[in-house]
Amino acid sequence: MQPYLKLDYIGKTFTRGAVTTEVLKDVCLDIARGDYVSIIGHSGCGKSTLLNIVAGLTRATVGGVLLENREVNSPGPDRAVVFQNHSLLPWLTVYQNVQLGVDKVFAKTKSRAERHDWTMHNLNLVQMAHAKDKRPSEISGGMKQRVGIARALAMEPKVLLLDEPFGALDALTRAHLQDSVMALHQKLNNTILMITHDVDEAVLLSDRIVMMTNGPSARIGEVLEVPLPHPRNRLELASNPTYLKCRQRVLEFLYERHRFVEAA
Amino acid sequence: MTLQAIKTEPAMALPAPSAAVVALPPTPKRRSASRWLGMLRHAAVRVVPPLIVVVLLLVIWELTCRGAGSTLPPPSRVLSDTRDLIVDPFYDHGGIDKGLFWHIYASLKRVALGYSLAAVAGIALGTLVGQSIWAMRGLDPIFQVLRTIPPLAWLPLSLAAFRDGEPSAIFVIFITSIWPIIINTAVGIRNIPQDYRNVAAVVQLNPLEFFWKVMLPSAAPYIFTGLRIGIGLSWLAIIAAEMLIGGVGIGFFIWDAWNSSHISEIILALVYVGIVGFVLDRLIAGLGKLVTHGVSAS
Ligand SMILES: Nc1ncnc2c1ncn2[C@@H]1O[C@H](COP(=O)(O)OP(=O)(O)OP(=O)(O)O)[C@@H](O)[C@H]1O
Ligand SMILES: [Mg+2]
Repeated sequence: MQPYLKLDYIGKTFTRGAVTTEVLKDVCLDIARGDYVSIIGHSGCGKSTLLNIVAGLTRATVGGVLLENREVNSPGPDRAVVFQNHSLLPWLTVYQNVQLGVDKVFAKTKSRAERHDWTMHNLNLVQMAHAKDKRPSEISGGMKQRVGIARALAMEPKVLLLDEPFGALDALTRAHLQDSVMALHQKLNNTILMITHDVDEAVLLSDRIVMMTNGPSARIGEVLEVPLPHPRNRLELASNPTYLKCRQRVLEFLYERHRFVEAA
Repeated sequence: MTLQAIKTEPAMALPAPSAAVVALPPTPKRRSASRWLGMLRHAAVRVVPPLIVVVLLLVIWELTCRGAGSTLPPPSRVLSDTRDLIVDPFYDHGGIDKGLFWHIYASLKRVALGYSLAAVAGIALGTLVGQSIWAMRGLDPIFQVLRTIPPLAWLPLSLAAFRDGEPSAIFVIFITSIWPIIINTAVGIRNIPQDYRNVAAVVQLNPLEFFWKVMLPSAAPYIFTGLRIGIGLSWLAIIAAEMLIGGVGIGFFIWDAWNSSHISEIILALVYVGIVGFVLDRLIAGLGKLVTHGVSAS
């Protein structure tokens, strides 16, 4: 069976003047529909570069991305991104930020009233409908990230791309948002590719964890299945042996690789 | 801006209690009274010091120019000489024998036309230069040279081209104020965060939507800096240009007054020129604040 999203021998080389750096090499990954896949790796190994290639914001030097068997190499709403720093447009209200995408994606298929309802529906999904007329500068970091998620969800993407979506948040807010994303995934069953450098987050949320080696020329070092049933509860998992074993595996990978680089 | 914000708050706070209970009103009233006091104090702090300085300067001027051999009139003479002009700025005896209002009005009309053209063309060119690396490489060096040409140096050339004073003056305004608008717009466009571009790319905004919905609002603070410098330069240039082209206009009024040795009229005109320039600057600054509200705070 063909995978829903396929990363096919992706390589990326940056050239700046006479200096070329190979950031990614031979990255292959198959993602099934409805999968929640996390990519974990040390800072600077090329996680964002990989996500941007999937999003179409960066062109791969070699290899390509196939979505439902069709190559994608330019950005589009079918691969909506939730950016690390929310990237809401500060001159638009919360509602307008979500509406921006909705109006473009459903310009022909939905009437004006339907688009309004759909915008409000997605704001409700992330519990941000109450702040719809606020500007990004008037809401908290966690709320901004929620709006970012609503904006991406509202485009009904085939694959939702999350680049360290909770990286800039405090631990409590982060846990809260993780629960929200888990609930959303449970409810909508969308395909998600998430970048993180938080081991607990990766194990808690994902069906599979992709561990990347250190750069330059980062590759996929190991892929770990997380055989825990959904819905998951962070309190119950804390003492779950499978959870602890997965967590241990990821820590070992990162710790070993890290040591490896320092010795080299 | 701050004054206005303070003024509107009590006005908005008042209706609510009057709609609810009759017993409540005293509190907001007292609060609004103290707000008014605060506002008065605020205004006093801003108005009184410059007022004192102005009075002081007038006194010094009066004392130094009072003597018989003085080349310039003291303020008291300026006032008595120009009483007619001050009292009736709206008279019109045909030709260039008009009240000061009409002169300033004519100058403002030229500025408005030339400056509007410069704003539109400047923002368009600035966007081009900021957006395209090739446009920048090609145009930026030329702009950097052209912008150093003094405004009046363009006047003979434009007189030769247009064969008429009116369009020449407007052209001088245009060419004077366009450079800071172009350069600041270009910087603003170049500084649009990559994040915003990425958002636009994911949403697939077309170039026109991208221009209106992302570029302009994102670069607006820079654009308004350029517009504000531009209006100041326009006002500088129009006075000088009008001295040369003649006709109705505050610049030629000053020149005319000099030729007929009405020094007091020159001084009065200078006061008006200063005030109008100040108001123009504040107008653009206020407009900028209004438009870019919330953009800079991200
Ligand atoms: N435009 C670019 N030009 C040159 N090198 C780049 C460019 N973008 C990224 N890189 C390099 O590619 C490498 C990977 O960058 P990337 O942002 O993908 O890392 P990351 O894994 O997302 O790191 P972090 O966890 O810190 O976000 C880095 O060494 C970076 O210096
Ligand atoms: Mg990154």
